[in-house]
Amino acid sequence: MSEYEPVIGLEVHCELATATKLFCGCANEFGAEPNTHVCPVCLGLPGSLPVLNERTVEYALRFAEAVNLRVPERSTFSRKNYFYPDMPKDYQVSQYDEPITIDGWLDVDGGRVGIERAHLEEDTGKTQHVGGGGRIHEADHSLVDYNRAGVPLMEIVSRPDITSAEQARAYVAELRAVLLAIGVSDVKMEEGSMRVDANVSVRPVGTSELGTKVEVKNMNSLRSLGRAIEYEIERQTIALDTGERIVQETRHWDEADGRTHSMRTKEGSSDYRYFPEPDLVPVAPTAEMRAAVAGSMPELPAARRARLQGEWGISDSEARVLLGTEGLADYAEAAVVALDGGTPRDVVNWANGDVLGHLNETGLSPVVLPLAPDGLAELVALVAAGTISRSQAKDVLAECLSEPKRPKQVVEERGLSQVSDAGELETVVDRVLADNADALADYHAGDDKARKKKRGFLMGEVMKALQGRGNPQVVNQLLDQKLG
Amino acid sequence: MSRLTRADVDHVATLARLALTDDEIEHFTAQLEVILEHAAQIAALDTRDVPPTAHPLPVVNVLRADEVRPSLPRDEVLAMAPAAEDGRFRVPRILDAP
Amino acid sequence: MSALELAAAVRAGTRSAREVVDEHLAVVAARDDELNACNLVMDDAARAAADAVDAAVARGDDPGPLAGVPIALKDNLCTRGVPTTCSSKILEGWLPPYTATVVERVLAAGAVPVAKTNLDEFAMGSSTENSAFGPTRNPRDPSRVPGGSSGGSAAAVAAGYAPLALGSDTGGSIRQPAALCGVVGVKPTYGLVSRYGLIAFASSLDQIGPFATSVTDAALLLDVIAGHDPMDSTSIDAPHEPLLPVVDRGVEGLRIALVDELIEGEGFQPEVLDAVDRAARALEKAGATVDRVSVPSARYGLSAYYVIAPAEASSNLARYDGVRYGLRVAGEDVATMNARTRDAGFGPEVKRRIMLGTYALSAGYYDAFYGQAQRVRTLIIRDFARVYEQYDALLSPTSPTVAFELGAKSADPLAMYLSDVCTIPTNLAGHAAMSVPYGTGEGGLPIGVQVLAPALGEPVMFRVARVLEESQ
Repeated sequence: MSEYEPVIGLEVHCELATATKLFCGCANEFGAEPNTHVCPVCLGLPGSLPVLNERTVEYALRFAEAVNLRVPERSTFSRKNYFYPDMPKDYQVSQYDEPITIDGWLDVDGGRVGIERAHLEEDTGKTQHVGGGGRIHEADHSLVDYNRAGVPLMEIVSRPDITSAEQARAYVAELRAVLLAIGVSDVKMEEGSMRVDANVSVRPVGTSELGTKVEVKNMNSLRSLGRAIEYEIERQTIALDTGERIVQETRHWDEADGRTHSMRTKEGSSDYRYFPEPDLVPVAPTAEMRAAVAGSMPELPAARRARLQGEWGISDSEARVLLGTEGLADYAEAAVVALDGGTPRDVVNWANGDVLGHLNETGLSPVVLPLAPDGLAELVALVAAGTISRSQAKDVLAECLSEPKRPKQVVEERGLSQVSDAGELETVVDRVLADNADALADYHAGDDKARKKKRGFLMGEVMKALQGRGNPQVVNQLLDQKLG
Repeated sequence: MSRLTRADVDHVATLARLALTDDEIEHFTAQLEVILEHAAQIAALDTRDVPPTAHPLPVVNVLRADEVRPSLPRDEVLAMAPAAEDGRFRVPRILDAP
Repeated sequence: MSALELAAAVRAGTRSAREVVDEHLAVVAARDDELNACNLVMDDAARAAADAVDAAVARGDDPGPLAGVPIALKDNLCTRGVPTTCSSKILEGWLPPYTATVVERVLAAGAVPVAKTNLDEFAMGSSTENSAFGPTRNPRDPSRVPGGSSGGSAAAVAAGYAPLALGSDTGGSIRQPAALCGVVGVKPTYGLVSRYGLIAFASSLDQIGPFATSVTDAALLLDVIAGHDPMDSTSIDAPHEPLLPVVDRGVEGLRIALVDELIEGEGFQPEVLDAVDRAARALEKAGATVDRVSVPSARYGLSAYYVIAPAEASSNLARYDGVRYGLRVAGEDVATMNARTRDAGFGPEVKRRIMLGTYALSAGYYDAFYGQAQRVRTLIIRDFARVYEQYDALLSPTSPTVAFELGAKSADPLAMYLSDVCTIPTNLAGHAAMSVPYGTGEGGLPIGVQVLAPALGEPVMFRVARVLEESQ
């Protein structure tokens, strides 16, 4: 068996988070009633004409600034001609030989990945297949919704610099973090606002010629991206070992059976007859446009992770989790600013734990949480001061995340505040010891093992008498004194 | 310029998504040949250092503010459709991936 | 009465718009069975619009510079809720949910649309014979074609259906029918008039322009429709300088030249060349100098055009696929449905050009055809730029011949294409040009002389045209 190495390039499509579509004023909004965000332009009605959304140019320039892409003096749009019912004009307006940005890179775990280009193009509508279990070829007929037609996409094409499924995942994760940080996309793979296609080939180790590449589509999470690439590398390796030839084709990842499948495409359908889009004029980013973007760039994820690790003493993976969800790091940073007791680390533990869990469950963004960042700081301080225990704090947080209440308010309403006053606690401890004279006698008579057991019992009785509100540390100290 | 064959015309009809009859294919093969021959007069011109003109207007950066404008009423949109179902345009089954 | 006089009378309240429109509708009723210039006569809507104009005048409001003037609209201009067919079966029954910018502008100026006029299907043709609704006939001689593709609009003005009409010009589709019908027709500078709502044939060449019975009326209409439109990225973003105040300034001191390449060649009728000579002498007499000049690359205009226009058209017309609007012919799967719909919905000329354009763009042929045609386009623009350093306007015939018999060129596409040889270079360059009636030729049929001007050279172009009109 020969040794092979994979060569992987990724094409990432992300929907830009603009208010309107690429070429018309229809709202760019996910989840609306079918065919309610359409107009003559995005329906491709006869006589309609496109006008470019200035925000999309700004977003492309922001991305260029973030990943070291060059911005050529001018870029143009072309028409990619092919018939498909989800495409209202039966051509897609995209950038072909003169993209808006070229030649950049992104540093990720496992090494630098070159970015060949990132360009603007319009999205297609959505088809739904009726009958045949919803599968395209077996369906009775299909239904088309054009709300998504004309939504602005940025296509980011990497160089074939990626050498493993793991690195591919790291690249996409970092790309997501960057796109989130610069505020140009929601990058939700599950909702389809970020779609990743992989070009995978393998070649014998030590050779420089590229193998036949296969395009793999339909991965809807980072996990499936990794699985699909691993499957495809193995499939191609086995094929080559058994003397088969790799066919240049597009294959579809099936999440259910964990395989890629060859897709049917008509012969000659790849003759897209690109030509310059005559209804649009070139884009030539001005010095002013570029200066405005450069002057408003936020801190990028790599720098921010390094800073938070240094300032807060958290790990790289903690920082990555924090930056992996839109607005979570901002939320945590605001909480840290408001801290009055406790540490940034405590804030991160809560943010990456219960807060993130709640966001994932509800699909909410941190900015709309009923608990503002200074509320989280308040919670951290309550635990640090020993007013409530960690497990109580969990319950308090849960309530504050679902209702507009401050942690102190919940603590009061539930009567949760911990008793830490040594005098108050001593009275209770004395009473419990008096009420359990037998156990006390057993404790003094017993060996180490029996002592430990009886001590636990007495501790439990004290906490029971305090309805769980006793500060465990203080109670322990008192017991130690009394049992002497 | 090589001669235009029936197979070429057949292929072009597929790309253009026209269900041409055999008669039409034959007819077009002959006619396109003549027109292409005329068009080929320009092939002889030396244009090595001449840039292409895609557009007669020398303007750049025609941009629109990112502001929402009203969409069309859905009833009006679907009233145009040869077939509609469930608020969507209905089409016969799709055999090929895009 | 000219459009200018009609509008003045309606604004002054000395004539009612209703009376004016009724008179014109009567002409339509009397002649259109024979001429077939109209795809749709908008009787009721026209009367209602005229009444609204009269009501405005009665209230003391000014309905605008085209108050009560009947106007015919080429049936490739979208009109909300009113059928817009491009004379194609594929759009039969389609009601656009929006109105073209030019139509909005003439309505806002008080004009009264009376008809949607016939054209060569999707504006592809030079005779208005390629219409799904039958050919239009020339009002001067109904055995002849009116030219095309805006033959319906040209015939409507020539026959007195309306003093004004709108057409579109991709390779001569306003100027050539204007010449053949004996009216004035203008192809404005590319970008001067918004294309929003004009159903596209070839986007980088298409331009909307006026038909009128006089140069002054054409200026009146162009002043109304010109000017920036934010809905069209290719619309020139500068204020339009009105032409009406300058048309009568004469040609004293202007430098004019006849273009060799647009006069020499096969197929030019002697009467046509003679008319151009007389026009040149008339301009000299009025104080201009007239030379001859060569625009060498202009002879390649036709070849470049018959690559670029079909290529753009093949893409522009892809959307007629039976999915969203218009005709659908059933098929067991979507691709079959698309192909059957397009085969049944498009006529032979449209299919021919779609095939030609698809071929010219397809893998392996792009550079030889489309790429080369775009470079030739650059050469043409450079040659004209050089000539316009020395001359203010150029002169040529509009069409090599007067109106030809119906069916005379139907069997020979290339012969038909050659009738646009004088008009095409202007579209490739994006410049302005117009046709002015200048005498008659074979069979007493009208001849048109073409005045060409550089981009935004309309003021000089209209002055030259006005002098020619007066010199007869």
